[in-house]
Amino acid sequence: MITQVANRETFLPELVNQCRKQGKGKREGCAYGLKDLRDAAAEYVLGSKFPTTKDEEWRFTDISPLLEIPLQVPELTHEPNLGLSSLTLPVSSKDSLPLRVVFVNGYYAPQLSTMEASLLPTLAMEFFAGNLSNAPGNYHARIRELLNQKQQYNDVFTALNIAGLADAAVVYVPKNQQIETPIHLLFITMPGETPILAQPHCLIVAESGSSVTVVEDFAVIGNVATFTNAVTQIWLGENAAVNHIRLQREGREAIHVGKSAIAQSRDSRYTCNAINVGGKISRHNLEVFQTGEQTETVLNGLTMIAGEQLSDTHSAVNLSKPHGTTNQLHKCIVADKAHAVFNGKVFVPQAAQLTNAAQLNRNLLLSPKSRVDTKPQLEITADNVKCSHGATVSQLDAEEVFYLQSRGLNENDSRNLLINAFAAEIINKLPIPSLRETLYSVVKQMER
Amino acid sequence: MIVENSPVILSVRDLRAKVDGNEILKGLNLEMRAGEIHAIMGPNGSGKSTFSKVLAGHPAYEVTGGEVIFQGQNLLEMEPEERSRNGVFLAFQYPLEIPGVSNLDFLRVAYNSHQKSKGLEELDAFDFQDLVEQKLEVVKMNPSFLTRSVNEGFSGGEKKRNEILQMALLEPKLAILDETDSGLDIDALKIVANGVNQLANAENTMLVITHYQRLLDYIIPDYVHVMEGGRIVTTGTKELALELEARGYDWVTEEKATEVVR
Repeated sequence: MITQVANRETFLPELVNQCRKQGKGKREGCAYGLKDLRDAAAEYVLGSKFPTTKDEEWRFTDISPLLEIPLQVPELTHEPNLGLSSLTLPVSSKDSLPLRVVFVNGYYAPQLSTMEASLLPTLAMEFFAGNLSNAPGNYHARIRELLNQKQQYNDVFTALNIAGLADAAVVYVPKNQQIETPIHLLFITMPGETPILAQPHCLIVAESGSSVTVVEDFAVIGNVATFTNAVTQIWLGENAAVNHIRLQREGREAIHVGKSAIAQSRDSRYTCNAINVGGKISRHNLEVFQTGEQTETVLNGLTMIAGEQLSDTHSAVNLSKPHGTTNQLHKCIVADKAHAVFNGKVFVPQAAQLTNAAQLNRNLLLSPKSRVDTKPQLEITADNVKCSHGATVSQLDAEEVFYLQSRGLNENDSRNLLINAFAAEIINKLPIPSLRETLYSVVKQMER
Repeated sequence: MIVENSPVILSVRDLRAKVDGNEILKGLNLEMRAGEIHAIMGPNGSGKSTFSKVLAGHPAYEVTGGEVIFQGQNLLEMEPEERSRNGVFLAFQYPLEIPGVSNLDFLRVAYNSHQKSKGLEELDAFDFQDLVEQKLEVVKMNPSFLTRSVNEGFSGGEKKRNEILQMALLEPKLAILDETDSGLDIDALKIVANGVNQLANAENTMLVITHYQRLLDYIIPDYVHVMEGGRIVTTGTKELALELEARGYDWVTEEKATEVVR
């Protein structure tokens, strides 16, 4: 079946239609009530309009090139034959990511996934990383409860993802378990004869007192037009800690829209390191809800784009209780004719007293035609809080270049060192050496 | 230390320079020989810092006349990095902060750029660490400064000590200290001055630019020059600095004016 190129009116109904056909007769997900979720989301999509630059949330990001791709919702690909080694992070003996869950086109690929039990703590028998249908039965009720909380979607793409929800990656960390080895969740989009819509979904549950590091990794095989529409939901129980690394490194023809929705209970600590280097057009919506006291949120972001790439990050942190903190540093390096967009909202309502919110967006423009649109946005109604925000857009500082030259480095090396340093501030926060190396090689490509 | 017939390291003749279209240096003359310590004093706006930036090759300063010969070569034709590799060192008045670059890495790339240009072996991280730890002694710096980003979050005194540490590593022939003493308390000043004194030898020459005579109690100059209106208007010994401290700069400029009238 060949899908016709859609227009603004038919695009969403056509995809919902395809999602419904895929879902028909499938029994997966009964335990979680997925059918009702899907139906409700489909209704939401059908009642929504395709976003345009006239919508405030999409002012600087024209997503309409999506309409030109004849997208197909993919069938389950059985044991795809992939050159996975080229995609996975370089593995060394002391630093590998042996706990890996792989999804291809939104479907679980067990043969590509590895789960070395020896690396998990002996008590961690109940720890689970895999997909929805294989999750242990005693987690079904909890996952169902979380999935069916009042609707998480407030935008059409999240709803579209849920309208097609058949399976999901699941990481479940039971109470008080500390998982030391990072969990690698690799979401591959692999087009067949037609461009495809891949809709990976990911659920991460860290029960109270637990801790885990998760690397979400989005990649596309081949330099072809695709649309990845990803949704990740993360729940942190009381005093839990999640270190979330989100790496979007899709091809230069790919369009990527991703949502990360995080709910934090009291005393929990959530860190997001969002790295965007791929995609022709990419958009990351990051939403954090602090639901208890003394909650800590750290958001680090690094976007490195060149050519005609457009990368947009919209974040929103909702504080709601006293003693919460949020600290955000989002950095963009923009070369050639690339265009970065940042919109960062922080809400500090009356009840969120004695909170501390800091937000900084720093942008480095490497060419006269590169562009940044930035909008830091703090809304504060509480009166006893400490809040700061700011944005900088600059080229390389001539004084800094001169300082390095005066110590013997030539101008080019000085510039490159400064570009590297700009990125290093974020890259060095990543706890996985091979991932840092991979990203420094991306920085090298930005250098001249 | 003045040594008869020691080689001339720096020779500046009738140097003129402008920045943002304003002429700041208006015919500056100076000769510095190996082993000597020169101090330049003068009121704000007299051109002291401009002179230091011109010597280091700052691109915002345009030389409009005169010449600068450094060890027999035309300094003004060299790029800033070539000047550095040939032995010119400027200790910045306001050292820059470079977040994301560790001090140790910065010092090593700087050191290795000099080694490479001399055809000498570049040091790996391990050997360099040994070298730099010896040099830390010169400015009594805690090794923990090496792992921090260059100057980021350093106090004023720490930044200046870091400049002297770079100088200790690069072993320049001509070191220019641009108001290295400004903003330092007396303890930090002593450490910095002590570092400079350890590095001064019969092979190199130091140009100490300062606003305050106090520094010259700790770094004893062979010559004190007074700058005014983009020129050196008078030159004396360290006693001149004491007199300037006591009487201010006006009398120098007035005497100079009288001289011109005469």
